[in-house]
Amino acid sequence: MYVLIAGGGKVGANLTRSLLRAGHEVTLVEQKAYRFDKLEAEFEHQVIRGDATELFVLERAGIKRPPDLLVAATGDDEDNIVICQLARERYGVGNVIARINDPRNQPYFDLLGISPTVSATGAIMGLIEHEVPEHGLIQLLELRKENLEIVEVTVDKGANCQGKRVRALRLPEGARLISVVRDGKAEIPDDETQLEAGDQVLAILEPGKEDELRRVLLHD
Amino acid sequence: MKAIVIGCGRVGSAVAQQLQASNWDVTVCDENEDALGRLGEQWTGGFLVGHGMDFQLLREAGIEEADAVVVTTDGDNTNLVIAQAAQKQFEVPTVIVRVLDPARAQFYATRGLRIVCPTSAAIETLVSAVRKAEEAPV
Repeated sequence: MYVLIAGGGKVGANLTRSLLRAGHEVTLVEQKAYRFDKLEAEFEHQVIRGDATELFVLERAGIKRPPDLLVAATGDDEDNIVICQLARERYGVGNVIARINDPRNQPYFDLLGISPTVSATGAIMGLIEHEVPEHGLIQLLELRKENLEIVEVTVDKGANCQGKRVRALRLPEGARLISVVRDGKAEIPDDETQLEAGDQVLAILEPGKEDELRRVLLHD
Repeated sequence: MKAIVIGCGRVGSAVAQQLQASNWDVTVCDENEDALGRLGEQWTGGFLVGHGMDFQLLREAGIEEADAVVVTTDGDNTNLVIAQAAQKQFEVPTVIVRVLDPARAQFYATRGLRIVCPTSAAIETLVSAVRKAEEAPV
């Protein structure tokens, strides 16, 4: 596989090393001279110096072939967006992966249809939410395109939904309970299913309605 | 009419001042508080400090009601991304963006952005001035 990587910081450099070791062909583009010199000592002709948002630099890196995959891993989210747009729309690169540095910029990547994206902060936050059960809701899956997510909730003693039937719950609009796991057995709940303490409930909902769902199922 | 100018450098501040002089309601956004100084003491329009990529800031600036957005920060890519958001997310009727790199300017112009490329303008002016000298030698 031929991979073009924009940005030779920690992410880009380590990715280059790993891909080369796995036998792939890689061209890495790095703009800053001090970084480039170090990278060149290691990767030789497989790294070129330049601004990967400049068309001639991308072309020098071989984007016209085109690569099987482009990874936009610079430390600048706007640059990563533009690199992905140029790669896909101007040069017909089929697969792009973008690094998100500031998770607040996620809406831009979504708006402009750039996916998949990878964000270290987002990934660590996901782990924290898994590791900290007091948080109440654990996000299991995010379906960005569909604007939905699947979350897991464990019903504790005294939770608002304890002893209630599903029909009596005032779930947020568009939210559905898709599974209830009790004593290790999963069931698809219907209106008559009564929730009990200890139940693990899976729900599907629109992102942003987590607090509402938490209030309905758990505590005010 | 309402305009938002994002990036208050030499170009952005002058655009904002001229629009205000022709009775536009103008709000300017810049990352740097000191940029307000460029608008002069006569400035009565809005000024918000923050990054132009911040949707919340753009909303505070009134982008949802804006008739026009002018994007003139010092970063081509930042400008291109903000302009696309103004167009796609906020559906601002007129979005104009400054891009210094002619290659990127040309590509994004084909994708429906209204782009002003001062570099291309300068190149054309310079070349045509030189050609005129050729036609009519002094």
